[in-house]
Amino acid sequence: MNDLKQRIAYNKRWDTAFMIAGLLSTLVGFFLLTALMIDLFMDGAERLSYTFLTSFPSRFPEKAGILSAWVGSFLVLLVTVFAAIPIGIAAGIYLEEYARKNWITNFIELNIVNLAGVPSIVYGLLAVGMFVQIMKLGESILTGGLTLGLLILPMVIMATRESIRAIPTMIREASYATGATKWQTVRWHILPYSMGGILTGIIIGLSRAIGETAPIITVGALTFIAFLPTSPISYEFPFFSVKWFMDPFTVVPIQMFNWVSRPQQAFQVNAAAAGIILMVMTLLMNGIAIYIRYRFRKRIKW
Amino acid sequence: MAQFQRKTSQKIREGLIEGLLFVSALFSVVITLSILGILAYESYGFFAEVSFWEFITERTWTPLFSNPKFGILPLVMGTLLTTVIAVTVALPLGLVTAIYLSEYAPHRAREILKPVLELLAAVPTVVYGYFALLFLTPILQMFIPDLSGFNALSPGIIMGIMIIPYVSSVSEDAMAAVPMQIREGSYAMGATKFQTAFKVLIPAAFSGIAAAFIIGISRAIGETMVVAIAAGGQPNFTVNPLEPVQTLTAYIVAVSLGDVPFGTIEYKTIFAAGITLFFMTLGFNILGFWLRKRIREAY
Repeated sequence: MNDLKQRIAYNKRWDTAFMIAGLLSTLVGFFLLTALMIDLFMDGAERLSYTFLTSFPSRFPEKAGILSAWVGSFLVLLVTVFAAIPIGIAAGIYLEEYARKNWITNFIELNIVNLAGVPSIVYGLLAVGMFVQIMKLGESILTGGLTLGLLILPMVIMATRESIRAIPTMIREASYATGATKWQTVRWHILPYSMGGILTGIIIGLSRAIGETAPIITVGALTFIAFLPTSPISYEFPFFSVKWFMDPFTVVPIQMFNWVSRPQQAFQVNAAAAGIILMVMTLLMNGIAIYIRYRFRKRIKW
Repeated sequence: MAQFQRKTSQKIREGLIEGLLFVSALFSVVITLSILGILAYESYGFFAEVSFWEFITERTWTPLFSNPKFGILPLVMGTLLTTVIAVTVALPLGLVTAIYLSEYAPHRAREILKPVLELLAAVPTVVYGYFALLFLTPILQMFIPDLSGFNALSPGIIMGIMIIPYVSSVSEDAMAAVPMQIREGSYAMGATKFQTAFKVLIPAAFSGIAAAFIIGISRAIGETMVVAIAAGGQPNFTVNPLEPVQTLTAYIVAVSLGDVPFGTIEYKTIFAAGITLFFMTLGFNILGFWLRKRIREAY
């Protein structure tokens, strides 16, 4: 009897010990993120200022800023949005609502899973060979945006599928029962109900795209750009221009990489400041995504 | 009659839309084929000038020297070394995290901890690189005086923490797929949660957990910026984590940063490195997909 009690106590101790170990290992990430933020702030907060955001890169670290980098990031992301979202959502709808169970569907599915696992730098190589060499788009904003578009396409497709899969079949049946066609069902029921999940996926994909460095380096983005792309708004008819598509560019992570790689201590302060800005953008976008997911989950109950 | 016409036009419209959606789905296949095509085309040019045998057996990689040597092994070694370090960190932590979140954590704690964990995968990798080079390496140097400023260890550890969310979320899905009766059966025998997790859940969810590990490995192989910043730039045929190494990915970045003219052999080397990388990750991705499909069918 005593033996059994000891045994139980022993097992319980292990159980508690493991629970603590589990909690700690879950918190490892949290500790790392905290250390990372503190480190960045201690190194880079002194450089953060209005002039840092409105200055071009410079040989003098105190004068250098990230104006051309964040404008570049913004424009590249704009191209990415228009390239990836329509195709991604359409592909997701096809696979969930239309696709028959056959080998083509299976093959497409396997292919998307594989694409999601292809290292981002391989997309960069694709872009050099395809967009720069064959299509002659140059080392431009358009090339950068399309590259990132390809990169986040699998994420958009998977988010769309997951979100559509959560809609119960009875919704579709109810729609068909009123005489709606397949597309009408998708357009008026499936898409609106799955929009929350799709939006969440898109924002998370874009937050990935904004921090992506490797493929953009391969594409040949410059690190020292002391001018801005052509303005998308013009004063003559038709009041907008797409000349900026073809302009050379740099993005915030590349600017940061460039500063990290320099031996001078002063440039590493700039790198930390650029890192803070990247982190703030990433956290903000992820926060929005989590909020949207939460809101939609609360609103829709089947 | 009018109604009949309307029906036909509606049918055409439906067909057109389905076609359009199908083309969008097929576009992903076009991307894969283009990747393969471009990599194969440029590496074909590479292998026209360098023998395949030299590529896989030579132990030096100095394509930019006047007497160039084209042995991919040092880059593959660098990649494997950083990957092994990352995986050593990520697998145990990821698995324990998954067990904690799925079996122990109260609902509310889960709701908060999971998004925080997912943030780890969202931080830009260039920031991790900065952190590995300027924060972790100096700290590690306090304990390991032999550690050089650029090394495989520090970026490996950071990469490992970075891929925890990939490992833990897939393992968690796998364990959630184990039916409740199996757990209840174990509890009814008087087993603790700890015993249930290790003796019942892990064996039952094994293929899913294996898939999680493989996805983690594939991520680590393809990771670029952390190693490009913190691991150094010399191709180094070594298994010593304290020395600087260059990975396949870091090599591509290093060459792309310079101004290498298109069409030269130096330019083609990045595609040769790229195709090596592509096939390494492709193998792991397909294996992972297959294992994950098996968990869905298991119960």
